[in-house]
Amino acid sequence: MAAARTPLLEVRGLCKQFPGVRALHQVSLNLHQGEVLALIGENGAGKSTLMKILAGVQPADSGEYHIDGEPVAFLNVRDALASGVALIHQELNLAANLDLAANIFLGREPNRLGFVNDKATHLKAAKYLKRVGLNLPTETLVSDLPIGKQQLVEIAKALSCDARVLIMDEPTSSLSQRETETLFEVVHDLREQGISVIYITHRLSEVKALADRVTVFRDGQNAGDLSQKEIDHDAMVRLMVGRELSEFYDRKIHEPGKVILELDKVRSPAHPHTEISLQIHAGEIVGIAGLVGAGRTELLETIFGVTPALGGTIKVNGQAVHPKSPEEAIAAGMALAPEDRKLHGLVLPLTVRENASLASLKRDQKNGLLNFKAEKEVANEAVDQLQIKTPHLEQVARFLSGGNQQKIVLGKWLALKPRLLMLDEPTRGIDVGAKREIYKLMEKLTGEGVAILFVSSEMEEVLGMADRALVMHEGRIAGELNRSQLNEEAIMQLATGTSLAA
Amino acid sequence: MKKNTLGIFGLLIVIFAVTALLNDKFISAYNMQNLIKWSSLYAVMSIGVAFVIITGGIDLSIGSVVGLVAVVLAYMMKVKGINPAAAIITTICMSGLIGLVHGLLITKAKIQPFVVTLCGLLIYRSLGRWLTDNQSLGPVPLEGDKGYVNLELINQLDFIFSGKIAIGSFNLPTPFLFLLVIGITAALFLNRTIWGRYLFALGNNEDGARYSGINTDNMKIIAYVICSLMAGIAGLLFAFELDSVQPAQTGEFYELYAIAAAVLGGCSLRGGEGSILGVIIAAAVIRLIYNSINMLGISTHLEFGILGIVILLGVIADEFLKSYTAKRAAARQQD
Repeated sequence: MAAARTPLLEVRGLCKQFPGVRALHQVSLNLHQGEVLALIGENGAGKSTLMKILAGVQPADSGEYHIDGEPVAFLNVRDALASGVALIHQELNLAANLDLAANIFLGREPNRLGFVNDKATHLKAAKYLKRVGLNLPTETLVSDLPIGKQQLVEIAKALSCDARVLIMDEPTSSLSQRETETLFEVVHDLREQGISVIYITHRLSEVKALADRVTVFRDGQNAGDLSQKEIDHDAMVRLMVGRELSEFYDRKIHEPGKVILELDKVRSPAHPHTEISLQIHAGEIVGIAGLVGAGRTELLETIFGVTPALGGTIKVNGQAVHPKSPEEAIAAGMALAPEDRKLHGLVLPLTVRENASLASLKRDQKNGLLNFKAEKEVANEAVDQLQIKTPHLEQVARFLSGGNQQKIVLGKWLALKPRLLMLDEPTRGIDVGAKREIYKLMEKLTGEGVAILFVSSEMEEVLGMADRALVMHEGRIAGELNRSQLNEEAIMQLATGTSLAA
Repeated sequence: MKKNTLGIFGLLIVIFAVTALLNDKFISAYNMQNLIKWSSLYAVMSIGVAFVIITGGIDLSIGSVVGLVAVVLAYMMKVKGINPAAAIITTICMSGLIGLVHGLLITKAKIQPFVVTLCGLLIYRSLGRWLTDNQSLGPVPLEGDKGYVNLELINQLDFIFSGKIAIGSFNLPTPFLFLLVIGITAALFLNRTIWGRYLFALGNNEDGARYSGINTDNMKIIAYVICSLMAGIAGLLFAFELDSVQPAQTGEFYELYAIAAAVLGGCSLRGGEGSILGVIIAAAVIRLIYNSINMLGISTHLEFGILGIVILLGVIADEFLKSYTAKRAAARQQD
């Protein structure tokens, strides 16, 4: 497929630095016409950053970028679109209250003296919708479409801009099995039409089904390429983690202790009609897998009292607790490192010291007065124990890298010695080094009898770290997999609502 | 002292020095006593609103609370002949209760602070006017006034709230002592107690604070109670300071002075920032600007205009300073 001629899109020696993080270092990538290139790598490997640079969302610090062999420098998304490069975002950017035609031509409405030419808009829109296999009236409101179809509308919109390169960032992370298959068909059709696709994914099984070639990133650098013949699961994982899996995820299996967390028919406000029951033992790491939107984060937030349970019982250490707020959950011995650490995990404008001590101020107080000595000890211990890289305790948390920020969140909770530690996407957006340290910490804590419940969209993380995995689908636990049953196919089947036997 | 507090202090010195140079009456004991007195009254209100602004909220009802407290106090003492001590306790409790209602409406009913306190502004002002039929009256009897009880206590209270303590030839106005006690307490609360830390944390990131186990609703309610209490105390001070309280005018627009002082003093309306010392100095700057305009013979019609320009420039300077320090910190991090 990839002819030996000038690549349609090529980057060489690209570098990008964020405060405290080297996001990309001397990265190269090329893409030929009509090629589907899969881009894989663990969280924080730099995939999304590169895509944003390609699509003109962010500028690179240095490096070369060629389209059709000509050097380009995109200042914004409009420039990129004009050259035919379009990014389909993970979070869709459609206006839900407008119809399909209006969305496809948003900002570029066919018009006469400012008056929208409705007829032309709908006629043209229908043409593009057909190219992505959507046979829907163009008057349909976006809000009436399921997420999978909305994604196709996004693609139609990109095609209407004469896009030649489509960048898809984890397009299947919230799609059902059926929707995923439809998307694959559309991608195959687009390739036949000569459109090139860069496809970012966490699901290695998709890569085999779709890609002509794979480029692997690790820690902001190229880790290697695989041609279509070479694509297999183990080869991809080796390139992604840079070593054999068993070395990276160093798990010892502890004999599970007594039950620490027990849910019995718990209903969360997000899914009021499904009942969730589960048990987590001391010294156990339980992973929750599932698609984006399957209700994993909502479950953790209900256990932690952010969105209190509507019914059922939650027991910690055999005692019934019904946390109505994080305050009560913490008092019962729970901790949660939330998915969005900038929004929920930290107070970014405060210092490392203030963040690390925020949860333990109350315990260490002296009649309401701050205990500055204890506060400093808590912060120092967090920095030492977790090897947080910060110039000093008074550094503002905003200026630390994602990995160090996540360590502050963990340090804040470890000071309270929780019985149950919940982690929501614990390694999203952090570098490989910090990631390993967090895995080591999880292992160490289980040795001390802490029960760990974590949510992860990253397949390798669930496979590598969990003693047991619960797979969620549409708000319920679709199945449970013990260590011997754990594999990518089994998780995906449960996550997309197919029963295991099928 | 924080950088922006230092900046506002510099501004105070500059205006002070320029006015003193241009008009020698400015530095007279009488003028200084007045300046200290009015600055103290304004600063007490401003400290209160600073608490609310630190949480990321706003209180527009301060002026009306000042007015209502002053009116109700005078009304109870003059018309109802109630014991002055009881009247003071009642009005203070009333202002605290007002803050509690604000806080509950904002946190539990989830109504925006702007709306809640805007309605408060309208309601309290009209309550005071209705109660007195819009007739002016004062907590201290003027010549020929009847109906007051316990005149001796009234005189003592008058001294406490609007007296002067002679220090040599200088007469220190007692409101300054109120400011001293309130200012120190407020600064200790914000910087030395866990609740102060909680206020800063939730002002910067309410969700982040809540996920860390802080009862953010309760902390916000406390901030609104403190704000209205300070407005109540200011109301008492103003009531005794003024010979007669005008139900329609007393305290009018004071919320704007208080918010202006808080912002000029380093509070960000986005929440999470603020220093008590800065707010006190800013309140003094605002009074000083007013005083200087009079002293220098500038048209008093320009007062608001000059005030607006000073605040605007102060905030712009602060933003520049902040983005500069942020850039430097980011650059340091890269090395």
